[in-house]
Parts: sequence; structure tokens; C-alpha cells
Amino acid sequence: MSLQQPTERLRLSGITKEYPGCLANDAIDLVVLPGETHALLGENGAGKSTLMKIIYGVVRPDAGTITWQGEKVQISGPAHARQLGVGMVFQHFSLFETLTVAENIALSLPAEESRDMEALSRRIREISEHYGMALDPDRHVHTLSVGAQQRVEIVRCLLQDIRLLILDEPTSVLTPQEVRELFRTLKTLAAEGVSILFISHKLDEVTELCNAATVLRNGKVTGNCNPQDVTSEDLARMMVGDDTPLNQNYQKAQGGNTALQIKALNFRPEDPFGVTIEGLNLEVKAGEILGIAGVAGNGQDELCALLSGEEMSAAGEINLLGNNISRLLPEARRKLGFAFVPEERLGRGAVPNMSLVDNALLSASHRGLKKNGWINYGKVRDYALQVIDKYNVKCANEDAQAKSLSGGNLQKFIIGREIEQKPKLLVCSHPTWGVDIGAAILIRHALINLRDEGSAIVVVSEDIDELYQISDRIGAICDGKLSPVRPTNEVGIETLGQWMAGQFSNGGEAAHA
Amino acid sequence: MLKLEKRQSDSRLMGYMSPVIAIVMTLICGALLFAFLGHNPGEALYTFFITPLEDTYGWTELGVKVAPLLLCAMGLTLCYRAQIWNIGAEGQFIMGALGGGYAALQFLDAESSWVLVPVLLAGAASGLAWGGIAALLKTRFNANEILTTIMLNYIALNLLLWAVHGPLKDPGGFNFPESAMFADAAILPLFSDSYRLNISILFALFFMVAIWTLMARSWVGYQIHVMGEDAKAAKYAGFSSKTLTWVVLLACGALAGLAGVSEVSGPIGQLVPQLSPGYGYAAIIVVFLGRMHPLGILLASMLLALTFMGGEMVQIQLSLPKSLTGLFQGMLLFFLLAADLLISYRIVFQPRTARA
Amino acid sequence: MDIDLITNVLYATLKTGTPLILIALGEMVAEKSGVLNLGQEGMLLVGAAVGFIVASLTGNYFLAAFCAIFAGMMMSLVFGFLSITLAANQVATGLALTIFGAGLSAFLGNNYIGIGLEGIGIWEIPLLSDIPVIGKVLFQHDPLVYLTIILFAVVYWVFRSTRLGLKIRAVGENPEAANAIGIHVHQIRYMAVLFGGAMTGLAGAYLSLVYTPMWSDGMSAGRGWIALALVVFASWKAERILLGAYLFGFASIMHLVLQGTKFEVAPNIMAMLPYVATIIVLVWLSSDAIKTKMSAPKSIGQPYRPMS
Repeated sequence: MSLQQPTERLRLSGITKEYPGCLANDAIDLVVLPGETHALLGENGAGKSTLMKIIYGVVRPDAGTITWQGEKVQISGPAHARQLGVGMVFQHFSLFETLTVAENIALSLPAEESRDMEALSRRIREISEHYGMALDPDRHVHTLSVGAQQRVEIVRCLLQDIRLLILDEPTSVLTPQEVRELFRTLKTLAAEGVSILFISHKLDEVTELCNAATVLRNGKVTGNCNPQDVTSEDLARMMVGDDTPLNQNYQKAQGGNTALQIKALNFRPEDPFGVTIEGLNLEVKAGEILGIAGVAGNGQDELCALLSGEEMSAAGEINLLGNNISRLLPEARRKLGFAFVPEERLGRGAVPNMSLVDNALLSASHRGLKKNGWINYGKVRDYALQVIDKYNVKCANEDAQAKSLSGGNLQKFIIGREIEQKPKLLVCSHPTWGVDIGAAILIRHALINLRDEGSAIVVVSEDIDELYQISDRIGAICDGKLSPVRPTNEVGIETLGQWMAGQFSNGGEAAHA
Repeated sequence: MLKLEKRQSDSRLMGYMSPVIAIVMTLICGALLFAFLGHNPGEALYTFFITPLEDTYGWTELGVKVAPLLLCAMGLTLCYRAQIWNIGAEGQFIMGALGGGYAALQFLDAESSWVLVPVLLAGAASGLAWGGIAALLKTRFNANEILTTIMLNYIALNLLLWAVHGPLKDPGGFNFPESAMFADAAILPLFSDSYRLNISILFALFFMVAIWTLMARSWVGYQIHVMGEDAKAAKYAGFSSKTLTWVVLLACGALAGLAGVSEVSGPIGQLVPQLSPGYGYAAIIVVFLGRMHPLGILLASMLLALTFMGGEMVQIQLSLPKSLTGLFQGMLLFFLLAADLLISYRIVFQPRTARA
Repeated sequence: MDIDLITNVLYATLKTGTPLILIALGEMVAEKSGVLNLGQEGMLLVGAAVGFIVASLTGNYFLAAFCAIFAGMMMSLVFGFLSITLAANQVATGLALTIFGAGLSAFLGNNYIGIGLEGIGIWEIPLLSDIPVIGKVLFQHDPLVYLTIILFAVVYWVFRSTRLGLKIRAVGENPEAANAIGIHVHQIRYMAVLFGGAMTGLAGAYLSLVYTPMWSDGMSAGRGWIALALVVFASWKAERILLGAYLFGFASIMHLVLQGTKFEVAPNIMAMLPYVATIIVLVWLSSDAIKTKMSAPKSIGQPYRPMS
């Protein structure tokens, strides 16, 4: 065993970055060694993404120094970062859908390397095969699956002489199987001496992959450790702090009567990137939460829009408590007891530039807030105040613009606005995506309470842990088809992964007898 | 080092201040322009902005120009609230004048003022129909309303030219491209015989209040607002963008048409090739400058009306081209758009940080 | 119809289509970078006025065209500063540019109304111009008609096979991503917008120096707007702009065609044709709305402010 210290690949000291009203990074220190797979852990909003953007030169720090392989550097931009040997795979891919794989890659290379497109295509093939990530350089990016798009991003980094690869929440868009393939590639890279910075909030992945970790909370470093030596509990504690409960276990419930019944639902999207739904069947009972897992873009949006009435199905029936609502307009569905929390909270669930009062009216007008075409603003204000109070929404006042609220507070407001309508059926898309842990707990509590009061709830999410936590029954959607739906504690993670990848035979409900 | 920094919430104050900043900047640039042209900037600006309003006649003339501007601007407000970029107020104005004028020419012998009812209705209906074409093209064929309404403006103008050169030309008019003068009964009543101001200003004020109420309190006004702010939220809430598009374009067409017919059945008294000095386009600036708020729009339409009068005044007194009006109007809108940045951003002074 | 008439119609079609091609090519480049400049009509008028004034004062047509180009670029610079640097609403800024340009051109050209100019002469291409019919139609034009074809070829080549073309498309599709891989979004957008201004300024010079060598207020008669529709019609493809502009050119000179027949239509009715044709084209496009949506640059009309 050698006692010699390996030279550091990257050292950050005292990195600070402030945005108006938010100290995103507060004197952060971080050291990455060659060949090390280093996890950067933290809740949403802890400052991970900002820090990565600073390393990649997209954002400039207000203070602090960056030392790269022993030399102090000021990274002037992404091009400079790449020149140093830093590559980054973004959470929301920085790809151009209307260009081909090769064109996309050419754009991030120095001009002289991309002049000969054929040579470039050959290199793309070689490298992608070497790392087990088959890619066709001539395909247009918009024809690729999400997993394949991520491979383009990675290959784009590998074409250069790479020393440090940064991945921002790379697994959030992948099926469990795709995650394993990604990890194989990353392990190969690490073995070749490449340092990897792996940003995540999923502890099991960090434990599996990483041999160093830095934990951030509220912009500060709260811990350094080797994930192999500590428990998940310890990591989680560093992430969320002492005063937040870690485990929330909810009693599973048995549903009662059928609240929602979908029969042979068909839909053909106008949008060429949309997903076709064919012969979809689903039954949701009053007093249960039904979770639908799936990788983004597999028909979740379409299913939700068909339920809410934003889109109309081509054929099939949607029965809500015995009424066929499939041809009704959204407001008529709401009158029958439907409520919906959409995935995009700012710019669909709430109007960014309008006040919370006006936003309260958006979906709740049928609760006596208007009469003969005139709005009763007194009642609207009361309703907004009721939601703000009951769901602990932090805001300047009820006249604050929706866009001035943090993600978690706005989500609490929207969930509150829907739940206070006492819906018979609530559809929730990604209820806690990107919100802080306090808000997430409050939201999950609210959903469980609503369930216990006898409402039927459908939760669509990419967060599998959450689905296991709150769903009474669970299924998955892939390419517009729904897997079997079974009680959550009968479905293992392996099975769910297979369902998310489309490996199921029957198209619906038959499996639970 | 000056730096722009996003505000967490829009600044209400800047919303009101931005038009003031724009007006001040326009005046400064105007002064520079006058100086460049060899005139005393103070005197020239005085001639442009103050001289027109030095007597009662001037103020009534302002009212004559405010009426069409205000009507068009209230219609456009509805459209722009809904993010329907209707540039067609000018065409709808012309069609209102043409349709109303056609009706008036059918009653050349009329004695009773009741004849105004069919004339005004014909005008409003023609404008409404012209707005309806744009609505049909938008909702049925998804054609870009900016381009269709502009094209409809050119078509309306050529229809008017064709009419006054052909079928509606005054047979006894020495071959001038003009219609006959309307019957006195078909002319809107004046407040006083000494001035040209007629009751169309009351129409304008009435619709200002009506649309204000509609936007502030009614469910349809709320829907229009949501649709304009956030189309996805409107869809989420179940508002029909097609219905709302029809509503705003028809309403705007009718109001602009009313403005048009009030012009020919008012100060002009006949159909002529040059009906509008560009009221329909100036109304666009009025809407932006007035912050889409009725009181703001009233003030802005007074200012824009003044730019028309000022252009004429500097032409008469300083022999400068009348087209200065358009220059001032364009500058005003430029400065306004620039100053609007301060609504959602603030300028902060940042000392150069020494980074080691 | 006799052969002379056909020759004349085709000849006039090429001439009428030329300014539309210039404007539409310039605007296409700007739109590809994600900037919608609705101010074409204003820039066109200013270009026409400036070109005419300089030609009247100096008699130097080359200088006149150059000044018109420069004027178009200055106009587009104002637009760029507002819509790119200050991230103002592109639609409103474009309208402001049109209103301002109409006012400015009327102001500048005030003393030049009613003055005539000789106009730029034609360049006959040796030998080729002697071919019957084709010679007259294709090879006896003013230099700007040829220059336009060359400019078309340049734009076509840039988007077909250069890195610059890729960068412009990248910025127009996803400015955040472009910034993340180190492309200077604002720099590319300024370049594209300035190119558009130059092209439209040149088109203005073409109108007042060649097409109708004179100045009158609002002489562009909506060509800037028609060119905007043309870009959509062409689904942002240079070769389709060429085709579309000549089709429009043909529609605008229908009165020439009708001269040969017995139909008599009032000139004001004939003058509506290009505008009606534009609406028809916009309606026809809706039958292929998805394709139009797919080929439109994704970030068009959206200001971009980089994080700092």
C-alpha cells in the first residue's frame, strides 16, 4: 500500500454565489481526486446545481477559488471548462432536438475538430461502442429515447480528453435497468482514471456507486464522508438536518367502491412528439391512492389531460361515480367532483403574474365564487386565505404574484386549492417534484388525509420511492400502455422496473382478482 | 459596474413610472431633434405640445381625436389582454366608416336624426365583420393574426379607395374621389356649433367604463386575462380559447367600426380617401402606454391625440413636416418598451469584485 | 397571349419578387436564431428613403445602396438592443420599429416627394442575354436582381454546410443549451438581426432606386409584412423563399396578365391581390399546421437572458 497522496484533480475553496433573496452557495469547499466517484448530495434547492454550473463555467462565483490539477484557474466559460477536461451532463439535456447526434456533438467541439463530419461520425461510433452505449450519429435527436439522449450527452463529453465528468441527477429520467447500464459505463470510466462528480439525492445509488461524498444543505457543506463507511441514515441526516423526521410510514388502505373507471380509452395526439394511447383500462376505488410510475414522456401527460378534460379522447369511457365524463368540459367535470394538480405548477397550475387571489379562482370558480357571470371577489379572497392558512403557504400576502413564491409553497397552495374543493377524485402529477422536504411531508400528509376521508387519488410520479411510500396500489405506464395494477406491497422494485420498461403482457386490470 | 438583477416580484411602482420615463425620454430626444433642425428646442416643444391646447377650441379638438383613439384602444385592450395581437384596428376603423358611410348615402334626404341609428349600427357591424374575418382565420385556420389583420388593413384601404373612385363617388362632385356630403340628420350632434366636438366622445367614455367593469369584475374578463397571461393555465381551467378569440376580435372590430363611422358621420361628413391619420396604429401605442388600464388609456389617448395636433401645429408655425408625429409616436413606444424592463428587473450598482 | 406578353410577365415577376426575397432571407436568418423582427416594413421604408436621398444628392447609386443597407442595420440595431439586450417583447418592439420607421422615413423623405430619378440601369449578360425570351427574362436585369440570387446562394450554403449555420439553428432552438455549451447567444442573435436589417435596407434601396425610382410615403405598401408571411410559407427554408417570392411577384403583377384579356378590373381591386394572396397562403398553411410548427425555430419570439 502506497502512502503517497495522489494529486488532487479539483479543489474548490470558499465558493460563494448569491442570487437575489437566496444564498445559493456559502463558502463551499470540495476536493475531488483522480479516479474518484464523488457524490454531491443534497435536497432540492441545497445549491448542488449552482455549484456544478460554477465548475463548468456557466455561472461565475462571487467569491472563492478553483484549483484544477494543482493550478488556480478562473473558468471563463463552458468552452474553457471543456478545454481543461471538464465535461457535464445536464439534468435537462442541453441538446438540440432538430439537429442530428453528430451535429450536436460537433457544436461543442472546437471548430477544427468538427470540420470533417465523417471522421467525427466514425469517432462517435467507436467511442460509444467502447463504453457500451450504442449510438447512431446520423439520427435526429428528437427521434431518440430519453436514455439515448443522455448517452449523446455522455459521448459528447468523452470525445474530448476528459478528466472530470459531472452528472446532474442523471438517473431521474431512467428506468432501473437503464440506471444499471449507466453505472457500468461510469465504473469503466472511473477505472480509466476519470473523476466523476455525481449529483443526486438518492442515497442507494450513491452507496452503490460512489467512494466519496460531500453533502450540502441550504448552500453550506454539512458533511464529508465515504458512503461505503456510513449508513444511509447518516447520509440522510446530513442532508435534511436534525429537526426533520426521516421516515414517514403510512398505513396502506383498502379502497371501497369504484370511483373512477376508465374503459378502452383511445387517444391520438396532434403533437407529433405526443404519445398515442390505445385501449387503456383502469379502475380506482374511493379511499385509495393509486400510484402510476413511469419514465417521463410515456403517456402520463396525455392520460392526465384526458382525465382533466384538457384533451378529448377519440374513443372509450371515463366514468366518475357512474357518470360518463369523457365528453365533458373541464369545468363540468370539476362540478362532478374532479380535481387535478398538474405537473407544471407555474404556467399551468398557476398563472405566474397573477395574484394568489386570482389563482384561487382558476379552478375553484364553481364553488360559488361567481354568479351570473360576475365574480364575487370577497368570496374568492376568503377562499385564497383559507388555503394559505390551512396549508401553511409562505407568501407576502394573498395579493403576492404566484411567481414570487418558492416551488414548495406554490405547490402547497395548488394542492390546497384542489383539496379544499373536497374532490371525489384527485389526480396529482408529480406532487412533490422539486419541493423542499418540509413541503413534501405536508403534501403527502394532505393526500393521505384526503384518502382517509374517502376520496380516490391517482398519483403520477417518476419518484419511485414516493410512490412506494404513499400508494395503496401501484402500476406503471410505458408507451401509452398501462401495466397491471397490484397492491403496492406485492410489487417488487424489479417487477416495477420491468413494467416501466414495457415488459408486461396484459393491457390493464385483469391481474388483481 | 451596473448590473441588471431580476426582481422577485414585479414592481408596481415601475409599472406606473415607466410611461413617465418614456415620455420624458421622448421629450429629451425631441428637443435634440428640434435643435438639430435649427429650432430653439424649448420653443419648438412648446409649439408641439402646448400651443395646440392654449384655447377652448384646442381642447375640443383634442376631444375630437381622443374619441376614435379611445374607442380603438379599448377594443385593442381586450385583444392584447388575451394576447391576440390584433393590428387591424385601422382596417376595422376604415370598414366601419365605409359601411356606415354607405348607409348614410342611402339616406341623403333624411330629416330625422333617427337615421343615425342605422348608420351607426351599419358602421359598428362592418367593423365587427372585419374583426370576425380575422377571428375566423385565427380559430378555424390558425392563421397568424398579426399578418392577417395587417393584410386586412391594406384590403380595407383599397376597398375604400375603390368605393370613392367608383360606386360611391359623388356624381356631382367634379370627379373628385369623394362621396356626396351626408344629410345633416346623419351627422352626429355637436355640443356647440362653435366646435367640432360631437357626442362620439360620450360613446368612447361609455365603452371605456363598460369594458373596465367587464375586465375587472366579470368571469369572461377573468378568462380573457388568464388566456393572455398563460394559455396552458387557461386550458387547464377549461376556458375555450376559440370562443374568447371570437369575443375579443368581434368586440374590437365593433368598437373600431363605431369609431370609424363616428368620424365620417362627424368631423368629416362624407367618405374621402384619407379617413384616418393612423388612429388604428396610434391606438396600439395608447394601449401599451396606458398599461391596459382604462384611466391610463384615457390619459395616453389624450397624449397621442396631442401628437397629431402638435404635428399639424409645427407644420403651420415652423414649416416642419407633419410626419414628426409618427416619429414621436415611434420613439415613445421604444422608450416605453425599454423602460418596462425596470418592472421586472432592477439596476444595481456592483463594485467590481476582486477575485483572487 | 403572345410571346411578348409572356416575356414581360416573367420579366416583371423576377423584378417584383426580388425585394421580397431579400427581406424574407434576412428575416429567415433572424428567426432561425430565435428573433422575430416584425419591424421589416419600418426598416424597408427607411432603407428606401435613405437610398433615394443619397442617390438624389450624390448621384452615386453604389453609395446610395450602401447607405440604405447601413440605415437598415441601424434600425435593426435599435430593435436588437431592445429585444435582445433588454429582453423586451419582440412583437411589441417590432411594431414599434414599424411605426417609428414609417414616421422617420416620411420625415426624411419630406422634401423629396415628387422628384424623379433615373434609376439603376440594367446589366445585360453578354451572349446569354441574346437568347430569345429566356435572354430577356433572365439576363437583362439590374445588378440587384443578380446580387439577390448570389445572396440566396450564400444563405443556402451557410445553413446547409457551415458551423455558423449550425450555431444559428442551435441558438434558435434552445438558447439555454447553446449557452451551456459555450455559444454566445446574444452575439449570434445580434449578427442575425443585423444581417436581416442589412437585407431589408437593401430591399428598400431596390424599391426606391430600381423598382419605382421615386419616393413617396409608405411606398413599400406592405411588402415587409408580406415577406414575413413568406418566411412562414417557406417553412424557414431558403429555397422555398425563392419559389414563394416569385409566386407572390406573379400575383402582384396580375394586371399585366389581364391587359392581354378582355377582363377589366378596377386598379384598386387589383391592388388587393397580393394581400388576399397572403391571407390565402396563411390559410393554406393551416392544412399542414404541424409541419409548420415543427419547422419553426423553437425559441422564436422568446427573449433570452443568461444567468450570471
